[in-house]
Amino acid sequence: MTLEDLAKAIEGAILVHGNRPDTQVERAFAADLLSDVLSLACNDERTTLVTGMVNPQVMRVAEILSIAAVIIVRGKVPPQSMVEYAEDLGIPLLTTRKTLFETCGLMFASGVAPCRAMSASESRSRP
Amino acid sequence: MRFHVRAGDIEHGGSASAKIKNELTTIGVDEMTARRAGIVAFEGEMNLIVYSADGGTLSVEVEPGAILIEVRDTGPGIEDIDLAMTPGYSTAPEWATDLGFGAGMGLVNMQANSDGFEIESRLGEGTTIRCRVDRPAPAGVDRQGGP
Repeated sequence: MTLEDLAKAIEGAILVHGNRPDTQVERAFAADLLSDVLSLACNDERTTLVTGMVNPQVMRVAEILSIAAVIIVRGKVPPQSMVEYAEDLGIPLLTTRKTLFETCGLMFASGVAPCRAMSASESRSRP
Repeated sequence: MRFHVRAGDIEHGGSASAKIKNELTTIGVDEMTARRAGIVAFEGEMNLIVYSADGGTLSVEVEPGAILIEVRDTGPGIEDIDLAMTPGYSTAPEWATDLGFGAGMGLVNMQANSDGFEIESRLGEGTTIRCRVDRPAPAGVDRQGGP
């Protein structure tokens, strides 16, 4: 689904559109701890992160994992520094007042699939 | 590449690792290897910020077949490495968990994304972690037959 359709589905807003107008949200995962995000080592470029964390580290993790888009839940307002960082990276940033659970439920119901978590050995064997 | 990481410097936390990942991609390292090296570096960098007494260094070397990452500090040292390596075990202070750190997956993630992983630690002296992230052999090249 497109970012616009996603924003509609979670009754959210797009703060940063990113530098890829064709961004499609196909997969997602949700976590409120950075290392839990990093433990997934996702290999899917289209994976979206759903989280309640609002700090620059979230965007750095998104950069390292090549996350397609970041969705901030529970009505949290990301600091300006985080918004600017997302703009610099060209990674879309969305917000919603919904809880983490409800946001995930709405996305799942809209056809967004779970992120394919890969074990490290799987990621190693890939070319 | 070598970065000095200051203890408690949450604001810049992860910035060295983001640079490392970017630089690796720029010089032609494949995305998955760069990402794994980025994860290893990020966890090491955050460990220096949250746990080290006086900060430390994050060093990255690029070899034709692998990325080598070393994280070194001068204390306080890890009392029980096996316990620290247990998924979910964390001694992170509350200020760190409030910010999304301290999942108890840091060292676990470093090892999971490394093809070689060594950790040395002495109480009062410090901790050194060395990780090797292998790069996939280019198509048509048999690394077994190399020198």
